[in-house]
Amino acid sequence: MAHGDHSKPIEEAKEGKKTFLRLMSYLSCDRSLLYIIALLIIVSIISSLLGSYMLRPIINDYIIPGNIPGLFKILLLLAVIYLVGVIATYIEYRLLNKIGQRTVTRLRMELFKKMEILPIKYFDTHQHGDLMSRYTNDIDKISDVLTDSLSDLLSSALTLIGIICLMLYISPVLTLVSMITVPLMFLSAKLIVKQSKKYFKAQQEKLGKVNGYIEEMISGQKVIKVFGHEKKVEADFDTLNQNLRGKAEKAQLYSGMMMPIMQNLSTLNYVIITIVGALLAIFRGFDVGGLAAFLQYSRQFGRPINELASLYNNIQAAIAGAERIFEVIDEAPEPEDSPNAITLPHIKGDVVMKDVYFGYKPEKIILKGISLEAKPGEKIALVGTTGAGKTTILNMFPRFFDIKSGEITIDGISTKEIKRENLRQSMAIVLQDTHLFTGTVRENIRFGRLEATDQEVEEAAKLTAAHSFIKRLPHGYDTMLENDGANLSQGQRQLLNIARAAVANPAILLLDEATSNIDTRSELLIQRGLDKLMEGRTSFIIAHRLSTVRNVDRILVLEHGQIIEQGSHKELLEMKGKYYSLYEEQFK
Amino acid sequence: MKRYWQILKKYKLSLIISPFLVLIYVVCETVQPLLMADIIDNGVMPRNLSVITGIGGYMILISIVGLVASILNIYVSSRTSIGFGTDLRTELFNKIQHLSFSDIDRFNSASLITRLTNDITKIQQVILISMRILLRSPLILFLAIFFVIKINADLALVLIGVIPVLSISIYLILRKGFPLFIKVQQKVDHLNGIVRENLINIRVVKSFVREDFEAKKFANSSEDLRDMVIRASNIVVSVFPVMQLIMNISVILILWIGGQKVISGNLKVGELISFVNYLSQILLSLMLLSMTIMAFARASASSKRILEVMETERSLTNTPKGLQNIHKIEKGEVAFHNVSFRHYGGENDVLRNINFQIKQGETIAIVGATGSAKSSMIQLIPRLYDATSGKILIDGVNVKDYNLDEIHAKIGMVLQKNELFSGTIIENLRWGKPDATDEEIIEAAKAAEAHDFISSFTDGYNTKLGRGGINLSGGQKQRICIARALLRKPKILIMDDSTSAVDSDTEQKIRTNLNRMLQNTTVFIITQRINTMQSADRVIVLEDGEIDAVGKPSELMERSKVYKEIYNSQQLAF
Repeated sequence: MAHGDHSKPIEEAKEGKKTFLRLMSYLSCDRSLLYIIALLIIVSIISSLLGSYMLRPIINDYIIPGNIPGLFKILLLLAVIYLVGVIATYIEYRLLNKIGQRTVTRLRMELFKKMEILPIKYFDTHQHGDLMSRYTNDIDKISDVLTDSLSDLLSSALTLIGIICLMLYISPVLTLVSMITVPLMFLSAKLIVKQSKKYFKAQQEKLGKVNGYIEEMISGQKVIKVFGHEKKVEADFDTLNQNLRGKAEKAQLYSGMMMPIMQNLSTLNYVIITIVGALLAIFRGFDVGGLAAFLQYSRQFGRPINELASLYNNIQAAIAGAERIFEVIDEAPEPEDSPNAITLPHIKGDVVMKDVYFGYKPEKIILKGISLEAKPGEKIALVGTTGAGKTTILNMFPRFFDIKSGEITIDGISTKEIKRENLRQSMAIVLQDTHLFTGTVRENIRFGRLEATDQEVEEAAKLTAAHSFIKRLPHGYDTMLENDGANLSQGQRQLLNIARAAVANPAILLLDEATSNIDTRSELLIQRGLDKLMEGRTSFIIAHRLSTVRNVDRILVLEHGQIIEQGSHKELLEMKGKYYSLYEEQFK
Repeated sequence: MKRYWQILKKYKLSLIISPFLVLIYVVCETVQPLLMADIIDNGVMPRNLSVITGIGGYMILISIVGLVASILNIYVSSRTSIGFGTDLRTELFNKIQHLSFSDIDRFNSASLITRLTNDITKIQQVILISMRILLRSPLILFLAIFFVIKINADLALVLIGVIPVLSISIYLILRKGFPLFIKVQQKVDHLNGIVRENLINIRVVKSFVREDFEAKKFANSSEDLRDMVIRASNIVVSVFPVMQLIMNISVILILWIGGQKVISGNLKVGELISFVNYLSQILLSLMLLSMTIMAFARASASSKRILEVMETERSLTNTPKGLQNIHKIEKGEVAFHNVSFRHYGGENDVLRNINFQIKQGETIAIVGATGSAKSSMIQLIPRLYDATSGKILIDGVNVKDYNLDEIHAKIGMVLQKNELFSGTIIENLRWGKPDATDEEIIEAAKAAEAHDFISSFTDGYNTKLGRGGINLSGGQKQRICIARALLRKPKILIMDDSTSAVDSDTEQKIRTNLNRMLQNTTVFIITQRINTMQSADRVIVLEDGEIDAVGKPSELMERSKVYKEIYNSQQLAF
């Protein structure tokens, strides 16, 4: 583009080029198809250019001399040329479609596969909506470019070249004359693109503000109502909206001007050619047929230039989309297992944490020297105020995060030396959020262990007290759960989650506030399910209602990332320390 | 449509001018081949120079007029479509401000947001396209035919005959393609569903090591989508080649018939060339027209979604009595008489036959299992929802007879889902009372036990909050929300499980502060915590949408089995 640009836009363009090439590399898997497509494009362009050129001999050699049988023959030839072109175009479109969709599917798959192996941290620090839009908006933009813009680009460029060649062949003088408007076309295209880009950027920024405001206010609509704040919000919105209007009008104006200006310039071209061509015909004996063909070309001439300008915008949008997708693909995944990592055939569940330090951010240490030990089958509760580091400890066992220093061992082996898959399969988590997957009840439970038989699924449900309510569902175990299990109560959803953990038959169980969202009476039922599940498994339990953790083997009281007290419920009460006061607060 | 028209009326002038501008530039464009034929036949053939320069001058003039007209139309159409979009967005936004809780529930926030953003943009786009292209294509078609007939009526028949053939074949193709695109949309939804589930459940997926399993599921869905898109597009892509084919056939027909006419002397060469030129103009305009029709089809879904909101009646408005604004809430006594309530579109009443009376200054705890409709019940008091049957009285007057402003001013409410807005803490607090003094704000914040942590921030009360208050912990957010409600100095305060994230110690303090600060205020607290229940004056126990018992906490242990169970579930084994 412009040479006088400062360093930044050029840098951007460089990245853009890199991204573009990378995007293209996804196409190269279907290289042979690409060649065929290019060939078809060439065929269809030749057919259309030749079709226009044929006007010349038709008029000069047959119509003006009055040769009817000859006219019939040459028209037949023209029909064949046209037919070949149309067929080539049709096949080209179909192939493009295929190749475009295949490429997009490949890209989408890679994005998803990558997403599945990203560390938990990534999901904690990125908004879901933002990730979702990469699967929708960004992929859409790329798919548009792959199926339409690229072939248009090629055919526009080739058409342009072909037209110029043929024009030169028919009449070099007339070609030169018609080129007068070409710099005008390029210049105005460039000027308009520059202006419209400027305003589009401004429009995008204002639109972002408006949409952000909409999102925030509509989500908080009930609060606005409760406080009767509608008038104020309406006024604020109006200001933002009017700001957007000003920029949007200009953006539309400039981008809209492109087409009519191009069209009129090509009309101007048409006029000039007519006049000069007519003069040439009189003074230099230029043939009328040649003029007719030339006029057809001048009509076709403006279009590719016009298209090239709008293609530029589409391709830019796709590159921006591709950049966002590659950003995820290039994200560092969870680190590989160490080369000598092993698989433990049978994990007993002897869990030890030795002097563990950890922080989500290096400058903010959450766990400060945690040491604990759980014998196989022991139940350990973690108690403490919000932010004390309870959930963080649970996150360490399946290596959702890696510890900064210290050691965690299972059956005496450091978790870093155990294959991650093996490690995670040895434990099951039940979280506070009771989300389910779309699918049947049975499939949801079986998620815990894919090879579980129907009987094993039902046994797990029976063990965890989920069986009775499942039986009452319209289709029992085959009831479809949609929309996150909206047709079930929160308690029922949690029972399914517990059954899912049960079918996995893990040695270690991690319960993170598993009953916190449940009212206290339903909790009783779920607690029974959980008690059954915990039998014989090493269990770590976080619960903010202390009533739920009294029966465990040991309670660890955490504060500011350290274990400050531990012992049984009774012992801790007698100690009259932190646990005692937490307990008193809750039951005063 | 009537609603759109009401907005468009503002742009009447533009809407009248625009078609004229389109007409002008279409005429300028279509007349050119005619003039060109003139030049060839009357200038080149008889070698008449003055005809060439004369007509040539006209052609240049006409093309400049066309350029001016088209740019003017771009200007007019930009202003109109953007203006329309802006107005529609404001109107829809304002409409949503006045929707009732039930309507917000019914539409759900996410969908309302899409309607305000994507859907409006699509409609705006259609207005723009209509003003630029919709009229242009038929006009070109019409004028081209007109000129062609003028040149030679016989030959024009070929052209006129082609148009219905072309239209019908395009129509047939699109009719076959559209249902497939609906299926494509379903597949897209399915795919997005999988991604969304994986995002929400990522911890579950990872802990059960189901990455490959999910990837396979995704691959199936993704390939399904791919095949469907290919199927659908393969039909639609045939539109262009078919169009080309038909037009090419007519070019050949015109050259054959026209050529013979030229030879027999019934047609001039220039006229024949202009015929071919008109054909390409027609082809181009039909292509644009079919694109416009597709844009319309896509926007019609958006339009439906916008109108759905626009046409929702404001269900909670001031009654005629409320408008008069005679009654004032002085004491804050609340009574329910045989109240039943059913959610919009619900099958069953979620509340049945609720009766109770609350005196001024009482603190009432409301307890019950999740789904026992506690929140629904208290939201009837400030008319966030209207009771389906029965009466709710405040100070002996039906809530419907109060002005809504009076209700909002005298009833403070802390919702279960606490929403803060981007802005400073003090701005958020001022929602409660826009003209509150600093002293009042600090007093409220102290009562809500929020003053200490707010002061601990570097910027204190001027600390900027991110969207939804994301830089605060759950407990901090709840305390600011409580302070915000307290600033109203309400006659009735309603707290919907609004201290769940606050630790028991702090909660205890807040409760003491409330008792001190709001001695004459009637307080409703929905709670799960046993000590909150115990400290209330009276407790309402809800069970499956009906009142199980109302009474002092001490009595309820005897009288209510439900209450006893709730109590025991937290006390067990001591």
